[in-house]
Amino acid sequence: MTLEFLIASAIGVLVAGGIYLILRARLFAVVLGLTLFSYAVNLFLFASGRLVVDAPPIWSYDVDTYTDPLPQALVLTAIVITFGMTAFVVILALRSFLETGSDHVDGHDVPTDDQAGGGE
Amino acid sequence: MSFASSLASQLVLAPIALPALAAPLAVLLMLRRRAAGVAVSFASCVAVLGVAIALLVLSADGTVRTYEVGDWPAPFGIVLVLDRLSAIMLTLTAALALIALVHATVTRVDRDGWHFHPLFQFQLMGLNGAFLTGDLFNLFVFFEVLLIASYGLMLHGQGPARLKAGVQYVVVNLVGSSIFLLALGLLYALTGTLNMADMGVRIPAIEADDQWLLRIAALLLFVVFAIKAAIVPLHLWLPRTYAVATPAVAALFAIMTKIGVYSIIRVTPLIFGDDAGAAAWAPAPYLLPAAMVTALLGFGGVFTARSLSEQAAYAIIGSTGTLMIAVAGWQADTVGAALYYLVHSTLAGAALFLIADVVARRRAGFVDHATPGPVFAHRQSVAILFMVAAIGVTGLPPLSGFIGKLLILDAVADLPLWGWAWTVILLTTLIGVIGFARAGSTVFWKDTPLDEGDGAMAVPSCADMIAPAALLVLLAALSAAAGPATAYADAAAAQLLDSAATARAVLDNG
Repeated sequence: MTLEFLIASAIGVLVAGGIYLILRARLFAVVLGLTLFSYAVNLFLFASGRLVVDAPPIWSYDVDTYTDPLPQALVLTAIVITFGMTAFVVILALRSFLETGSDHVDGHDVPTDDQAGGGE
Repeated sequence: MSFASSLASQLVLAPIALPALAAPLAVLLMLRRRAAGVAVSFASCVAVLGVAIALLVLSADGTVRTYEVGDWPAPFGIVLVLDRLSAIMLTLTAALALIALVHATVTRVDRDGWHFHPLFQFQLMGLNGAFLTGDLFNLFVFFEVLLIASYGLMLHGQGPARLKAGVQYVVVNLVGSSIFLLALGLLYALTGTLNMADMGVRIPAIEADDQWLLRIAALLLFVVFAIKAAIVPLHLWLPRTYAVATPAVAALFAIMTKIGVYSIIRVTPLIFGDDAGAAAWAPAPYLLPAAMVTALLGFGGVFTARSLSEQAAYAIIGSTGTLMIAVAGWQADTVGAALYYLVHSTLAGAALFLIADVVARRRAGFVDHATPGPVFAHRQSVAILFMVAAIGVTGLPPLSGFIGKLLILDAVADLPLWGWAWTVILLTTLIGVIGFARAGSTVFWKDTPLDEGDGAMAVPSCADMIAPAALLVLLAALSAAAGPATAYADAAAAQLLDSAATARAVLDNG
């Protein structure tokens, strides 16, 4: 198993899980899906500078092979932005749940799990 | 370098720097003296408008001005690029922002929360940055800046309807941003650069094995821009979001869909031009059908909308569709016509949102629903405003919409699918006219007797009609000055399509 295979399959699994969860009707699942999807994107962005093991990103006298530093900087920016956005969407989902009494993405009234089970 | 030319080169940074400074200043001042915070916000908007007009005049000479941030030479550092197209967009944004801000202040909706003015400034900064940047990753960052500010502005005033629509808006845009990053990662992996001009130069050198990756990257990028521009089938987020947003904010958001349009017409010739291999003019085959369906659905929505603000939101979609029909030709004359119509449709769409608000403020429980209600204050003057705006949006003479649509019809006449384009544009005009006439006659001509329960509502002053009237005056000015305006738009289109000259200007300056 090469490193490329591991990274590629990790990105694939994360994207698949992320998209599945984003398409769910409940906001909690959607937030989780966005998080998984953004992890996948960050990994992908990181890999866009090619996978180089044990090489420094900064110039030095006694090194011949380098890893590309730019994707690392890009990933850092992307992580900061997606982290902030995830925090925002969590608060927004919570606020929307508290004000409309439903965590359905369309605001429909859906019974919560314990209501559905508790009636019996 | 003389002082004047040095000042001119620094001026390119001002549309980003001014709101960036004004926003935190407004946050700080708001807490102690509200009026001072509002004053800062206004001063920044006026200054940005002044700078934008200066840049518009400067760019008329046809040189592509660049500003290397931190003096890092072009392909390595971030570069701001000012050409005619950027100058047009900056001026349009600044004018619209000032008018939206006036409306927000006059109707006092800016008092519904603490952070309206700072968010407004950040929104302006993101918009201006996106129009100026010459770096693809930087474009992503400015997209995020304007989106984050727009989330705050969209939710301004709160309430369940806004929260519900807000969640959908935020989720759609987060997915869009993630796709943008995927496209960026692919393009960087293939070309090793993020500078748009440099990317365009390097793309022809991509090996045959990687062509399919390049095509995927290009199409992913256009999916993102199409989400922003609300092109069918990626338009579903727009009507609900815009219809429930605070009207002054919705008016400013009229420029947000144009960000997507701008990005498509900026990126396609520059990066995916003739020699881009598998990705040459990548969105072109899909653009025309998508644009035609967008125009039909948009004006169809105008016909079926249940309230004036919903109608305005669909009018935005429809006019984007009309615009993209022209863009899809990728000739100097079609893009030139599209640019003129872009300016017009942004102003006209924004005017509709503000007029919907003016109506809603006078009709107590009926707000802006297209149902008959009791006679309301200033009905005659509001009706005239609505009629002028509707004439503008649908493209009837004598306003600029007519000139814009005529230019588009004329420009697409030599394209292979011109028959389809003509049918769609003329049909949507008809549907739009009927839709607006129906809504307008219901709201302004049909009365119901005043219910006991409604009570008398305080008559607002006429001051809230200033902002929509100002937008309509701009429309009239755009029609009166159609000669110079279309000449400028055509020159901008020619400059835009001459990607080799832009690349030289960006890369050789360093």
